[in-house]
Amino acid sequence: MMLSADDMTALWVTVQLAAVSTGLLLLLATPLAWWLAHTRWRGRALIEALVTLPLVLPPTVLGFYLLLLLGPQGAVGGFLERIGVGHLAFSFSGLVVGSMVYSLPFVVQPLHNAFAATGSRVLEAAATLRAASLDRFLTISLPLARRGYLTAAVLAFAHTLGEFGVIIMLGGNIPGETRVASIAIYNHVEAMDYAAAHALALILVVLSLSLLTLVYALNRRLRIVGVTG
Amino acid sequence: MSIDARFRLRQGEFLLDVDLSLPGEGVTVIFGASGAGKSTLLRCVAGLEQATAGALSVNGVVWQREAFFLPVHQRALGVVFQEPSLFPHLNGAGNLRYGLKRTPVHERRISWDDVVQLLGIGPVLQQYPHTMSGGERQRIALGRALLASPRLLLLDEPLAALDDARKAEILPFLEQLRDHFSVPMLYVTHSLREVARLADSLVLLEAGKVRAHGPLQAMLSRLDLPLALVEDAGVVIEAVVAEHDAQWHLSRLEFSGGSLWVTRSSEPLGAAVRCRVLARDVSLALERNENSSIVNLLQAEVVEVAAADFPAHLLVKLDAGGTIILSRITRQSQARIHIFPGKRFWVQIKSVALLR
Repeated sequence: MMLSADDMTALWVTVQLAAVSTGLLLLLATPLAWWLAHTRWRGRALIEALVTLPLVLPPTVLGFYLLLLLGPQGAVGGFLERIGVGHLAFSFSGLVVGSMVYSLPFVVQPLHNAFAATGSRVLEAAATLRAASLDRFLTISLPLARRGYLTAAVLAFAHTLGEFGVIIMLGGNIPGETRVASIAIYNHVEAMDYAAAHALALILVVLSLSLLTLVYALNRRLRIVGVTG
Repeated sequence: MSIDARFRLRQGEFLLDVDLSLPGEGVTVIFGASGAGKSTLLRCVAGLEQATAGALSVNGVVWQREAFFLPVHQRALGVVFQEPSLFPHLNGAGNLRYGLKRTPVHERRISWDDVVQLLGIGPVLQQYPHTMSGGERQRIALGRALLASPRLLLLDEPLAALDDARKAEILPFLEQLRDHFSVPMLYVTHSLREVARLADSLVLLEAGKVRAHGPLQAMLSRLDLPLALVEDAGVVIEAVVAEHDAQWHLSRLEFSGGSLWVTRSSEPLGAAVRCRVLARDVSLALERNENSSIVNLLQAEVVEVAAADFPAHLLVKLDAGGTIILSRITRQSQARIHIFPGKRFWVQIKSVALLR
């Protein structure tokens, strides 16, 4: 099974997109998940609902609004245009933003659960042992949430690999820039080239399956027995 | 040297409102029914709860005053919770090192070897918390707190989650801790047995307020406190081992009011020991009765007579040469042998529990 150079490029764009958006998501979702796990604010439910929204909305709806927002006339796109960066529609950066919104719940949920499971008792114990708050986060919360991070990273990565609706609305079909594997597959099917579609599709299946197998296998290995000690 | 604490903290219906000056050394037990606010008081001292109005100084160091509130991690304290709360991703040694590493070298007063040896935790240093027994975890938690060289040790029912065998395993360590490291301790419990064994002074909390506080012996012999109304009410006597009797396997303990025979103690002659005499094990007689199985006889004067837990019972407070003893008798006996303040009796003690 041979891939054409274009398909290889599409695959490479896909992997880059998944890697970059997963990395950024882990960074940005950490404070959000931490806050959700520790706040007692009543408005928390709304924030949780907003975070989960991309899970239930049709990707086209998500992509549509992102296009409006990130395009040259949109609030974000227009602002970026004015400061000379350029709007984000039909660009790789735009896809990264789209993927981050699209995969947000897949990262926040596992991290939120992991932080909540750690509980406040061990953090209080750490505080009484002279650890300041950042120290406590780095030495207690983070290592105890490692399963959550692994799950979040793999889910976000795998989920972004399969992204289609948001990208078609937001990114179009620019080879080497915004044409990802799922778009390439769609193009092949449109062109009745089932063999090429099959090759790329199979790669996505194998890749996703291996990633998920890895996460389940590692999760067992990293299991921390008796979380409360 | 004292710990001065004043807190006012509302949590829903509950109001903690205390103003205490406690000894800055030894073990002060905070005693009371559940819901009395014992743990909340301890958490206020630790800085884990921020009282709306409060002031706290520990042996001259101010931890809280008006707008000033020293964060928990800057207080030189150690806390041991009912649940050991070990860090599950660190092994025994890693847990012990956590506070030690964060203690500036010039503040370190407690050595690794001392703690490991005293608590007997050498064998579990390489183990992770989930493979340790409940008692081992609690000892690691104690060691971890100690190695941060605390100026005050707070223990929140550290034995409550353990079964009796584990309790018996940890109690001697707590006693050694007190005697060896001279760190003042605030110890929350609702067990009179732990009070009798460990306490030097006692704070009695009721519904968020201090009902009474003072030295242990004085508190235990007060007839107006609920401590005297429980089934195992009694006094604690500090004594010295004066004699071992090999023939009868007994030891004689001497104290200001006389001496008591107890089952042979392993303590050497001259050792300071503590024993507990329950009010229900003490009876009164007008004459010295040699024809009885009772070994321990003392002479004492009635100080006070008060109602006890049941209508049939009375509590009698007696002074045996400066040592206070409580006796629980029936009202019928009082009427029969006329027990009233000022009268002298022979005190017959059926059983003495040697605590250490």
